[in-house]
Amino acid sequence: MADEIKNNEIEVDEISEISEPGEYPKDYMEINFGPHHPSTHGVFRFIAKLDGEKILEVEPVVGYLHRGIEKMAESRTYVQFKPLVDRLDYTGAMNNEFGYCLAIEKLMGLESPPKAQSIRVICAELNRICAHEVFFGAMGLEAGAFTPFLFGFKDREMAMHLMEMLAGGRLTFNYFTIGGVRQDVPAGFFKEAKDYLKQFKKNLAEYHELFSGNEIFIKRTKDIGIISREDAIEWSMSGPTLRASGVRFDIRKVEPYSGYDKYDWEVPAGSNGDIYDRYWVRMNELAQSARIIEQALDSLPDGDYQAKVSRNIKPPAGEVYFRVEGTKGEVGFYVISDGTDKPYRMKIRTPSFNHLNALNYVLKNNYIADFPLILGSFDTVMGSVDR
Amino acid sequence: MVWWLALLWALLKLIIAFLFIFLTALILIYMLRKVMGHMQYRMGPRHHGPHGIWQTVFDAVKLLGKEDIIPDGIDKYVYILAPIVAFVPSLTIFTFLPFAPKVVASNFEISLFFILAILGLSTISLLMAGWGSNNKYSLIGGIRGAAQLISYEIPLILSTIGVVIMAGSMNLTEIVNAQTRIWYIIPQIIGFFIFFACGLAEINHTPFDIPEAESEIVSGFNTEYSGFRFAAFYLAEFVNLFIVCALAVLLFLGGWKPFTNPIAGTICFIAKTYVLIFVAMWVRSTFPRFRLDQFMNFGWKFMLPLSLVNIFVTGAIVLVVDKIR
Repeated sequence: MADEIKNNEIEVDEISEISEPGEYPKDYMEINFGPHHPSTHGVFRFIAKLDGEKILEVEPVVGYLHRGIEKMAESRTYVQFKPLVDRLDYTGAMNNEFGYCLAIEKLMGLESPPKAQSIRVICAELNRICAHEVFFGAMGLEAGAFTPFLFGFKDREMAMHLMEMLAGGRLTFNYFTIGGVRQDVPAGFFKEAKDYLKQFKKNLAEYHELFSGNEIFIKRTKDIGIISREDAIEWSMSGPTLRASGVRFDIRKVEPYSGYDKYDWEVPAGSNGDIYDRYWVRMNELAQSARIIEQALDSLPDGDYQAKVSRNIKPPAGEVYFRVEGTKGEVGFYVISDGTDKPYRMKIRTPSFNHLNALNYVLKNNYIADFPLILGSFDTVMGSVDR
Repeated sequence: MVWWLALLWALLKLIIAFLFIFLTALILIYMLRKVMGHMQYRMGPRHHGPHGIWQTVFDAVKLLGKEDIIPDGIDKYVYILAPIVAFVPSLTIFTFLPFAPKVVASNFEISLFFILAILGLSTISLLMAGWGSNNKYSLIGGIRGAAQLISYEIPLILSTIGVVIMAGSMNLTEIVNAQTRIWYIIPQIIGFFIFFACGLAEINHTPFDIPEAESEIVSGFNTEYSGFRFAAFYLAEFVNLFIVCALAVLLFLGGWKPFTNPIAGTICFIAKTYVLIFVAMWVRSTFPRFRLDQFMNFGWKFMLPLSLVNIFVTGAIVLVVDKIR
């Protein structure tokens, strides 16, 4: 391991060396991808130096979607800030709320009732399915196939319908409250959810039939964009990206929250760390999420869906860091409270930002044709990078 | 025949070919939208007429009515000529395609050879568009088109040689007439697949749409084009799709056989072509895109040797059969 890290250091040195002009072939081409390029997943921009089709170096430029959410937290009460959390990683809004609410609850020494915990798990996993289906569709577009995109979005629609029944919203929910959830499970939800899961399993098989086994897709993704186990840890990657490199690390298993330890499920992991492994891990997580939802639906306890919390939340002075497994990786909230109803400082740790850091390291010496697939395999959401 | 009558006759043929091309392109675009739509749990166009059949007409009118944008800093003549160079070869090829016995504008001895030669010309338009647009994405797209040409053009031509050996002619009408007993797809199954795959590459069709890979290089060679010029590229793409499928039908699927009547033959020929076009659209809505170097490997290391073996085996068998007779 020590050797590996040493190698990595050498590579970092090389990057800084070759950014001086003169190291490249004389006729390299500098080209600007983004911020409105079709496959940069929003408003991400990078400047690439190309030698023919080969990428020599890329320089990511972020900040086009910066909204100052962390600063805004300081001028809002804890309750008022909650809707903004949805806007971080907008494909996995429930998971952001999950992290925020649990962080504040930990600060207050509060625990939500068991029913609320189960509902939260159902929501978070439904949203994970949504996010991974977006990933599946985007991956198809990245590889040049349009059909997976529509397949993925069609099924996401059904999952969003379920969450609409609970929360009323479809993308940004504002459903979790500090101490529970905003509404009880409506009548008819169980049946629809069960029907959806049944349909979902069929759809998953269809995805694999259409896309996962495709010879061209495998050729495009196997052994490309490899991130070794050590490097993945070095770059502080998390979530499916980390697990694809062979690290079986899932916060839901390692530090179970909200009763994730009650359910029987597995953590899928890859071995090679290439694009296909990152794809494969996410596709397997879809099935695992469905498993968790099924169990949570079956064992949903009776009782309150909200703890008794005052309307104006004033946590005691202190600081807390709480992390959950978001759809892209570790979503962490570091909150400093000074005893008033507004946080003194809020720092949000989002996975996509760390993944983009490694972009130059992964993209270097690959072809331009690989860049959409590699970038897509990180499943970056610019809302969570720029905050 | 008086000379002006001959000229008028030629002009009439050209106008008919032109009208046919426009009609075909409109139908194909509508068909693509519907076929892909239904394969993707969508409806495709629904407004503008029953099942949206006027949609492409409206789109064409919209494209033709757009402002003609010529960007700054371009190579003006190359930029303006590129769509014309893309479109003219497609139009020319149409005058050599036999639709049925006697339903052919110009029937001459080496029509297959001539068509294959002209078909390759369309790549020049990619290069011209890529160079003329003064855009890095376009340039990459154009160069990719040229690089791709080298890898598919040779297997494409070699795959037709098996048919030529068996028919003993390069005249497309003769080739179809030689398929009275058996369609060449049965003895030349390898040739058919190579021809169809390379033909899809020829027209930059999925999975070989490398020069216009929208996720990598925005839209490739036609990034800077809009309005009428873009329409010309778009039209040429669909006309070429028809041409490649029509050629495959003529060479391997027996053309207008089993009919010999000109009208029934034409209908049969067009129907067979549309079946192949449907297959191409099916491919389009299923497959992801090749990477350029992988496609070159595929072309040089797999399709080229296979087509050479195909020629060798075909030639040997034809020779032996001739000797026995």
